[in-house]
Amino acid sequence: MSIKFKNVDYVYAPGTPFQTQGLSNISFEIKDGSFVAIAGHTGSGKSTLMQHFDGLLLPSKGSITIANQTITVDTPNKVLKEIRKKVGLVFQFPENQLFEETVLKDVMFGPLNFGFSEEKAKEQAIRWIEKVGLPAETMSKSPFELSGGQMRRVAIAGVMAYEPDILCLDEPAAGLDPEGQKQIFDIFKNYQKLGHTVILISHNMDDISKYADDMLVLEQGHMIKHASPKEVFSDADWVKKHYLDEPAPSKLARSLQKVGFHFSSMPLTVESLVEEISKELRAKGGN
Amino acid sequence: MKDNIVTVQHLSFTYKDTKHPAVNDVSFNIPKGSWTTLVGHNGSGKSTIARLLDGILLPDENSETLIQIDGITLNEKTMWDIRDKVGIVFQNPDNQFVGATVEDDVAFGLENRQVPRLKMQTIVHDVINQVGMLKFQKSEPQYLSGGQKQRVAIAGILAIGPKLIILDESTSMLDPAGKDKILALIRKVQKENGLTIFSITHDINEASQADQILVLNQGTLLASGSPIEIFKDESLIKSAGLELPLFYKVKNKLIKRGITVPQEIDNEKKLVNYLCQLNLKM
Amino acid sequence: MSKIIIGRYIPGDSIIYKMDPRGKIIATFLFIVIIFLANNWLSYLFLSVFTLLAVWATKLKPKVFWDGVKPLIWLILFTSVLQLFFTTGGKIYWHWGILNISEYGIQNSIFIFIRFVMIILISTVLTLTTTSLEIADGMEWILKPLGYLKVPVAQIALVMSIALRFVPILLDQAVRIMNAQRARGADFNSGGLIKRIHSIIPILIPLFIGSLTIAIDLATAMEARGYREGAKRTRYRVLKWSKYDWINLGYFTLLTLILLLTRTY
Repeated sequence: MSIKFKNVDYVYAPGTPFQTQGLSNISFEIKDGSFVAIAGHTGSGKSTLMQHFDGLLLPSKGSITIANQTITVDTPNKVLKEIRKKVGLVFQFPENQLFEETVLKDVMFGPLNFGFSEEKAKEQAIRWIEKVGLPAETMSKSPFELSGGQMRRVAIAGVMAYEPDILCLDEPAAGLDPEGQKQIFDIFKNYQKLGHTVILISHNMDDISKYADDMLVLEQGHMIKHASPKEVFSDADWVKKHYLDEPAPSKLARSLQKVGFHFSSMPLTVESLVEEISKELRAKGGN
Repeated sequence: MKDNIVTVQHLSFTYKDTKHPAVNDVSFNIPKGSWTTLVGHNGSGKSTIARLLDGILLPDENSETLIQIDGITLNEKTMWDIRDKVGIVFQNPDNQFVGATVEDDVAFGLENRQVPRLKMQTIVHDVINQVGMLKFQKSEPQYLSGGQKQRVAIAGILAIGPKLIILDESTSMLDPAGKDKILALIRKVQKENGLTIFSITHDINEASQADQILVLNQGTLLASGSPIEIFKDESLIKSAGLELPLFYKVKNKLIKRGITVPQEIDNEKKLVNYLCQLNLKM
Repeated sequence: MSKIIIGRYIPGDSIIYKMDPRGKIIATFLFIVIIFLANNWLSYLFLSVFTLLAVWATKLKPKVFWDGVKPLIWLILFTSVLQLFFTTGGKIYWHWGILNISEYGIQNSIFIFIRFVMIILISTVLTLTTTSLEIADGMEWILKPLGYLKVPVAQIALVMSIALRFVPILLDQAVRIMNAQRARGADFNSGGLIKRIHSIIPILIPLFIGSLTIAIDLATAMEARGYREGAKRTRYRVLKWSKYDWINLGYFTLLTLILLLTRTY
């Protein structure tokens, strides 16, 4: 049961003077259990696309197959709710959606809506509050007493607590410090290892090259690339032509290439970059 | 002391209803004309320091505490004079846009200082031009991007003619392209207007281009120095919840592998040049 | 994507757009007063012609004016029908219990209908051609005399203009929060009244907290930019009175005179 988009169009405010094309003829297939990154500039349609994964927006044309269901323009609400149970969505700055008196209650909100029993919901909430790295004593606190970074974790726990098969994340690390970023990305990577699909919207090519194994690139509502990050970033001219960033290690490697270094493959991470550099120096130095 | 635009001594601040101070006995100087960066993880007390320098928050009482900006000692009487010398660009582009349109917002600080209207018009036009927003002079904020709104915030500060601009995580809500553009703009106006920049951030790449770095952890100052001095010690940066900039990581890892890399290499270009030389020599 | 236009302002460049908001607000108030002068067919005819000319002068499509009337059409018809059945006088055409249709009844119900529609049309002319900010500025000028009664008019005006500025942002936030809660399985469209009211809480509280954050941030930013409560300030934006505004006031003064001359005493 992979995710399949077939000729999906989305039109904003049809029939009004503000009518705009959000998505144009998007087709792709994502394998189950992969970590997929969606990249593109602000306004390229990334967030619009994400809201299609769980039926918050319905395609104006075309169809989507996800979680054993099909979404079209006239999919009824009941089916959408079943889909939403299986497709979790973490919006940008999700801390803005917290509302309950306590952290525990807030995290239980999703599971209860999706028909978990009170007991089971509580059990799941406690589990995920711990898993996202919050100390147990925060559970009984008001979410509004917490720091911004902790609130972010509560919001993420609030979606992961019903353990959706597919987890969609819109810039989940924006505004967090490096340590916080690494911690939450590790949580998502582990979630993938447990057999779930993770979909990540990000501007940060370093994160994409570090965590994703598949990548969609959007430009003005069109999908202009579907390949692995390695493939995408190996074509420097293409990346430049579409005003995309390169992962920082690739950028440095590229500068070294210009001054005579040879790389067997374009390094995407610091480790592989250092490995390649010392290989080259050693090869020449002969020791 | 004359060459420091900011002198801070024994500065502490405790928020109401909390036990531990958010800023704990911090002392530092900011040299005139420098780009000084204060780094630290979320909740390390960085933004509190920005608010203390501007008198928006008042420090815990202590006779040894001193905040001096451009020769003026901050207290309740001098607060408004200090605000003529200091401008802050805050984190959230929307929540600092007061005016109804770009030009109205830029004029806000001038209106507060009772600048006559004719003079306002020239200043507003000039600073909007300086930040490259002339085309949007009459635009309402909801039609601007985050980066454009930050440009307007910078124009509003330049209008007052300050000596010091504090960037309080001003680029953390922008996308990478917007971030780079704003930093480039700040560098440009720093040169053109002879400003000192005090940037509060956890963007380590930005910090690597600073003249001076201050590292803050849980309200205390862990270290201060040039990027080379600070990034020599990876454990220091790690303990502050931060990461090294990429080329320092590469540099340190190469050194660990027994490849000689001189300490004084402090930017990516130098590293590339050096490695190129090394490669040719071998 | 959700660039919502407040106050239904539609950009344009006809003569009405060149008029000062103060003049437009005064004219609208004047109109609402003098409309009660009309009391016969001839005066209502003049009233309608003057109003329709003003509508025509905006150079906007008639449809946008119909959009202004449409939401109120049932209320207007209901009031007219009440007039129709409960007014007595003149010839009686039909009678049943306390209900009757009389000559005056017919006339009054038509007059009421016209009066309602004309008031809506004129105020729509104002809101379609004047940004809410201009209206706030105009109101500030008109309310200035209250300053002598120690009413902080300038502060109220600043608060109004800031509030207007944050309406689109809050609407945006509301949509985003609603989507986030729907993604977490919240259901806003089913169940009884109590359940529905209950289901709004997950939207209202984050929205409230969001507004508080904005307020605190904004207060900090304003203070950092030298705003002192109650202190004197100069003004960057000023309103300019032009010949178009004399035309505007002249037009409605003329209508007043005509109504005074044509009405039945």
